Amino acid sequence: MELFTNQVLAGIATGAIYACMALAVVMIYQAIDHLNFAQGEMAMFSTFISWQLMQWGLSYWAAFLITLALSFVAGIAIERILFKPLAKAPVLTNVAGFIALFAIINSSAGLIWDFTIKQYPTPFGSAPFLGSQLISTHQAGMIGVTVLLLLGLYFFFQYTRIGLAMRAAASVPESARLVGINTSWMIALGWGMATAIGSIAGMLIAPVVFLEPNMMGGVLIYGFAAAVLGGLSSPFGAVVGGFLVGIFENLAGTYIPGVGNELKLPIALALIISVLVVKPAGLFGRHIVKRV
Amino acid sequence: MSAAEEVVAEGHEAVEAVPKRAMTLGTGTSLVVLAALLIVPMFVKNFIIFQMTMLLIYGLAVLALNILTGGSGQFSLGQSAFYAVGAYTSAVLMEHANINYALTIPISAAVCFAFGYLFGKPALRLSGVYLALATFALATAMPQLLKLNFLEHWTGGVQGLVVTKPDAPFGLPMSQDMWLYYFTLIVTVAIYIFSVNLLRSRSGRAFMAIRDNEIAASSMGVNVALYKTLAFGVSAGITGVAGSLGAIAVQFVAPDSYTITLAISLFLGMVVGGVGWLPGSFIGAAFIIFVPNMAESISKGLSGAVFGVLLFLVIYLVPHGARQVAILGQQLVGKLRKN
Repeated sequence: MELFTNQVLAGIATGAIYACMALAVVMIYQAIDHLNFAQGEMAMFSTFISWQLMQWGLSYWAAFLITLALSFVAGIAIERILFKPLAKAPVLTNVAGFIALFAIINSSAGLIWDFTIKQYPTPFGSAPFLGSQLISTHQAGMIGVTVLLLLGLYFFFQYTRIGLAMRAAASVPESARLVGINTSWMIALGWGMATAIGSIAGMLIAPVVFLEPNMMGGVLIYGFAAAVLGGLSSPFGAVVGGFLVGIFENLAGTYIPGVGNELKLPIALALIISVLVVKPAGLFGRHIVKRV
Repeated sequence: MSAAEEVVAEGHEAVEAVPKRAMTLGTGTSLVVLAALLIVPMFVKNFIIFQMTMLLIYGLAVLALNILTGGSGQFSLGQSAFYAVGAYTSAVLMEHANINYALTIPISAAVCFAFGYLFGKPALRLSGVYLALATFALATAMPQLLKLNFLEHWTGGVQGLVVTKPDAPFGLPMSQDMWLYYFTLIVTVAIYIFSVNLLRSRSGRAFMAIRDNEIAASSMGVNVALYKTLAFGVSAGITGVAGSLGAIAVQFVAPDSYTITLAISLFLGMVVGGVGWLPGSFIGAAFIIFVPNMAESISKGLSGAVFGVLLFLVIYLVPHGARQVAILGQQLVGKLRKN
């Protein structure tokens, strides 16, 4: 039983990483209705920028805030420059665009900061949390930040005019335009926010997985899986999905014989698909009913 | 809010409708292309022949994806898994059971068809992003499954298997590469003709009806579940043939040659060639074979970025892929004739 509790705790700790990423994935999915394959790379690039700022002598929080602002602007810029012209193109063409963006960011980061692994500082320290060896203060801090972010987003979307406008623009663009919402800018705003959330995720994850251009590859897969498991229409679902995926992954690695590190991912994915077969819209997603 | 959302959901077709006639080339153009494919190898070096063989092979794999996505509207990121199954079926049969390479191809087509058909069953419940994730899971799992210990005796584990390249039969005076090219060309032409006819048949119309509106299709009496799984099966079968030919051409199979990267390139090939336009598959295949090399020669350190920029250029200029170019060309020719 103790092994079980410990593994669940460790699962929650890794789950926090996935939850952060899943939150960013859901944000952009809400705004633009596509899964952005380049999201992880965008987060990685933001994290490198904050690292660079710290190298130039800024304090952690100054670098954090500047990166957040820069990421927000960069997200809007990417949407305006690269993806707005593709708004009328077929969905699959947009997906190809994301793959192109992925390649560009990954390769530029490799050229600027090269592929060596870098240490990244944590503001929370890395002592054991409340005497438990399995969760460090950093991981606890990460869970805390994720929850705060989720609450913040909830209030933003439920209780502010601009949050309402963004929801309207995403769910019924035509009617939203008729009541005077600038839907095109709402999409750009969605990109900006998703990039900023992604940069927070990146900066929180970097102390755990270390900083390098390919650091997000694995994390993004789990982030997608978590978002889809929780239901792509629900930020809350994404966070729960993130923790569940973390726990699944750890328990599968512990209890199913013959499962090494390599098979953890396929098994976690297989489990998620089994859940989806039973609940096709994810655990907390709204089922979309089609009108004929 | 939910009532409004229902209307929106309808507007998001994965693939826009393609007129049926526009899915293929005219007879004249096809014959010219075929003649070129027959004659060119006689005048070029072996390495170029090898590249042309790979072009046909990837073209087949993209064509298979095109039948699935462009034909029946189902999205897949798992094509690399079917490709791997095809490649391994051929490699294992040739190296362990000493079966002739040509005979392994129908066998791997059958194996992959069954595999795809069975995978299509649970996938019936999923669509859009969810289906993308499921197929993606298949693609990430495949290399790990091939490395499993108890299969190692057959698959060779991480090391993979070396495949012997066949000689030209009947004492034909050809190099191995050239024979393999013509062999691949015969298979490709056969599958191409099969695919064109499939899409023109009752089944093809059923695929397209499902793509355009599933509910309407089922109310007209199309067995949606059967045709969706069938599309998966056919697509997997063709991908499997491509995998077999690929294994014979490269003379080597290993789990890490069939990662998600392969599935993503095949997807890019389909987009660049034009979703739902079968001849475009081969243009897309040329893109995914040659453009990365070109990017590498422009800048070694930034090859990824150069590739990304080239890809962006292509999708800006022709968001509907090579099909758009072909349609423009056709209109131009039509205008010239009128004058």
